[in-house]
Amino acid sequence: MSLLNPIVLIVLLPFLSAPFVAWFGGKSRRAAAWAAAAVTLLCLALLGGVIAQLIARGRLADAHVIGFHWMPSIGLDFAFRMDGLSLLFTGLILIIGLLVIVYARYYLASQDSAARFFASLMLFMGAMLGIVLSENMIQMVVFWELTSLSSFLLISFWQHRKEARYGARMALAVTGFGGLALLGGVLLLGHVAGSYNISVILEAGDEIRQSPLYLPILLLILLGAFTKSAQFPFHFWLPNAMAAPTPVSAYLHSATMVKAGLFLLARLFPVLSGTNEWLLLVGGAGLITFLLGAYTALFKHDLKGLLAYSTLSHLGLITLLFGFGTPMAAVAAIFHLINHATFKASLFMVAGIVDHETGTRDMRRLGGLARKMPHTAALAIVAASAMAGVPLLNGFLSKEMFFSEAVDVAHEFGSNWALPLLVTLGGVMSVAYSIRFIHDTFFGTPSPDLPTEIHEPHRGMRIPIDVLVFVCLAVGLFPALLVGGLLTLAAGAVLNGPPPHFSLALWHGFNAPLMMSSIALAGGLLVYLSRHPLTRWHENSVGRLSARAVYDRLMALMQIAAEAVTHRFDQGRMQPMVLWTTGVALIAGLIGFLSYQAPLFGNDSLAAPFDALTATGMIIMMGTAVWVVNQHRQRLFALLLMSVLGLGVSLLFIRFSAPDLALTQLSVEVITVILMLLALRYLPQQTLSERDPKDRPRIRRDAVIAVLSGVGIALFTYAVMSRDYDTIAGYFLANSLTEGGGHNVVNVILVDFRGYDTFGEISVLALAALGVYALLQGMRLPPAVSSPIASGRIAHAQLLQTVTRLLLPMTLMFGIYILLRGHNAPGGGFIAGLIIASALMTQYLAQGIDSSERALKVPTHGAIALGLFLALATGLGSIVLGYPFLTSAFTHLHLPVVGDVEVASAMLFDLGVFFVVMGASVLMLTQMAKLTRVETTVHTSGQVAK
Amino acid sequence: MMSILFASLIGFLTAAGVFLSLRAQTFPVVLGLTLLSYAVNLFLFGMGRLKTDAAAVLGNSASYTDPLPQALVLTAIVIAFAMTAFVIVLALKTRAELGNDHVDGEDDASANEQGGPSA
Repeated sequence: MSLLNPIVLIVLLPFLSAPFVAWFGGKSRRAAAWAAAAVTLLCLALLGGVIAQLIARGRLADAHVIGFHWMPSIGLDFAFRMDGLSLLFTGLILIIGLLVIVYARYYLASQDSAARFFASLMLFMGAMLGIVLSENMIQMVVFWELTSLSSFLLISFWQHRKEARYGARMALAVTGFGGLALLGGVLLLGHVAGSYNISVILEAGDEIRQSPLYLPILLLILLGAFTKSAQFPFHFWLPNAMAAPTPVSAYLHSATMVKAGLFLLARLFPVLSGTNEWLLLVGGAGLITFLLGAYTALFKHDLKGLLAYSTLSHLGLITLLFGFGTPMAAVAAIFHLINHATFKASLFMVAGIVDHETGTRDMRRLGGLARKMPHTAALAIVAASAMAGVPLLNGFLSKEMFFSEAVDVAHEFGSNWALPLLVTLGGVMSVAYSIRFIHDTFFGTPSPDLPTEIHEPHRGMRIPIDVLVFVCLAVGLFPALLVGGLLTLAAGAVLNGPPPHFSLALWHGFNAPLMMSSIALAGGLLVYLSRHPLTRWHENSVGRLSARAVYDRLMALMQIAAEAVTHRFDQGRMQPMVLWTTGVALIAGLIGFLSYQAPLFGNDSLAAPFDALTATGMIIMMGTAVWVVNQHRQRLFALLLMSVLGLGVSLLFIRFSAPDLALTQLSVEVITVILMLLALRYLPQQTLSERDPKDRPRIRRDAVIAVLSGVGIALFTYAVMSRDYDTIAGYFLANSLTEGGGHNVVNVILVDFRGYDTFGEISVLALAALGVYALLQGMRLPPAVSSPIASGRIAHAQLLQTVTRLLLPMTLMFGIYILLRGHNAPGGGFIAGLIIASALMTQYLAQGIDSSERALKVPTHGAIALGLFLALATGLGSIVLGYPFLTSAFTHLHLPVVGDVEVASAMLFDLGVFFVVMGASVLMLTQMAKLTRVETTVHTSGQVAK
Repeated sequence: MMSILFASLIGFLTAAGVFLSLRAQTFPVVLGLTLLSYAVNLFLFGMGRLKTDAAAVLGNSASYTDPLPQALVLTAIVIAFAMTAFVIVLALKTRAELGNDHVDGEDDASANEQGGPSA
């Protein structure tokens, strides 16, 4: 598969275009909108191409999967899937997206950042397309989370508004929580099905439903779906998300993102549905949300609030249909999903226009707008009628199907009339709030404080609604012709089999659904007429309950709990933290020792032969360690003792066959000691005495912990070292020459076998050096302790100056020699970098930092960058040649005079390592030394002033 | 015998390192961390067992020591160096910003230090 596949491009293009859209937005609002619209059109064209291609091959009804293995070891593929369901959603996302972009172009005020808006919208669009086109479930979860994040950015678009920030945070908390649960569910699902790919999961339905893990899987996945689609009891975030700009509400919170949960239900319908648990959970949540949303919508005075609760209600309706679990119900669910997207998006846009033109969305103040903006009013009436389920519009058809299904499965819910009654009641309320939306806004008398100069909006804001309302009408009149095929295709994909036979005719005779529709229309009118006493009753009773208050309470409790726990462990002080860490490690180790049954030590058969010199050395080192502790208050002396220990460690490395380590340790030791000496000048020379009697218990406690740690580690070390062991060293020893082209196995491991690790390590080193650089910038330290070192004017250092000057070329040469031979003999980039750094440092110390830098300025930042670049380029080079990252190649060259030379690409990598190590070390040392220089100049000027 | 000595050495370094890293002022903590990194490096190195005259350079001897722990330790040494440098600069920063040498920036501990806070 290539990334240039049109299906992959549809998902990637919006993401890739986001920065460009933002860039255009910096120039003008129009440019950003056009760029976003152009990308959406391009995606639509690609989609058209894919469809045409599939039709030409006669395979439109089949699932079309493309992808490649990403991390096969954990079953993660980068894979996309195009089937009827994906096709439907992709079309929906792109077409409504295009209309919303056009609308938003005229909606946004001149002070709003178009760059941020359209770029976030593109990110959202890409994420949403990713969800519906993913074949791999884990990949889908990633896109799922991306929609939560981009939705956060869009809801909080007006960052200065408190409500926007609150709503965005709430949406992120709820949907983020659901996303986490979903990930858990998907992992379990993949575990049971044996793959994360939808194609496989869809075939494993029976296996999954019979698995003991079915219920946890169902619960976790439903948590994800319900939070995203705002189903009870997670419905409360959606009304709060209405703080977003209206185009966002139209796009995310009615047409697409909240449908992601429904998409998931549809996607996994063949796998999870058909059980009692499914019926109860999905049906129950759907029914409650359907009724609760419709009821609350009735009493909202804010236009967008009404639409938000009405959206909840319709989402609940669709969820309920999926909950029924029958094939016909699934068809009805898909059909209503399309219809809802069209009429609800247009109603949101109408609400936006009203807000835009009058400055308010409060229905108690609005009224009589039909005379001021007849065109908009006509559009709103048609769309609201579709929402209410008036015949000849698309909403009527899908609502009829819904009623008919409710009658068919009624017996599952206990009695034959309970469910039909409840859904009719929901229908009554839908009609009532639809009438309210139209009547209170466009008819009746407006509040006197409303502006009188109200007119139709800009054409650009109306055209998207024209299109959507036209679709409502056309589908309502010619359903079979316009959506019959699409519905069959989508239903086939949802059911993962042949779709049931359904009829999209307008007239099915006098039957139960028609009766229910009639009751809903008549009842709705009645409810609307008696709205005033109803509202009074509601506001004094149910209206006082608020899910938001419960959420706030929960969040506050969580914060208190988190603070309590955090405060127990972290008081912002280091000593207790170190104590905790060491103490826990100690206890864990103790439990390990106590619960270990077999003999602790082996027979030490692999021990090195005894020799008195090494043994004496080690005993001296033990003594020195104790001495360091004893003398640690005399800081300079303690530092010198430390360097004895460092030297001892290098000697041990030499003795026990690790020449590379010895060289590294030695050069690191030199640099560390110089660094510490430089720093010590600005620190107190002595550590405070702890001889006070009140310090004694603490010292005793620390000593006990320290001794226990030491004994534990010593026992553990001997327990391991005295046993036989298996090693994978054989592989490296056998393949070092043949695969890595080098004799020095340690170096070949570093730059070849484990090159990726080394790449990470030099990055850490580079970061540490840059961190040191950043920290030292502008640091104001107390005057240094007087010391001749590094002040640059050491009178009696003539000898040192002369010698270092002579030594420099030789040490540089030696460093290069060590670098070049590294692959075949002890040496390499790490060691060479350190050697050259210490050579340069000796020079700096002897000559003074200024004069040395005049003579030889090392571009340290450049060296670090060059090194990282070389290492990366070596790695990428092998990718370009078609091998995994950092695969090395080598060859033998016959040079005149020099003879046979082995050249490996890993050497280039080692050169990168060298530059990073050298640059980082010199950077740290010179920055530290320059502290001295700043201080010296201050002193000089001080003397002048005297 | 060598293994016992080697293990004891690691134990001594660990004990000294832990004790110093529990001190209240920055410099002993830096020394403690350095001691701990010696201990850890030797420990990792010891996991490959102690062998004499067996450097893992092909063609130099009959049997070779385990090169893998050595490669690990080599990078560990360099990383420990980076960490030490960073910590010591942090200590300087503490000194510059807070005027004292206490790990938690507590003033009372530095009251009788020589060299007062910076102006």
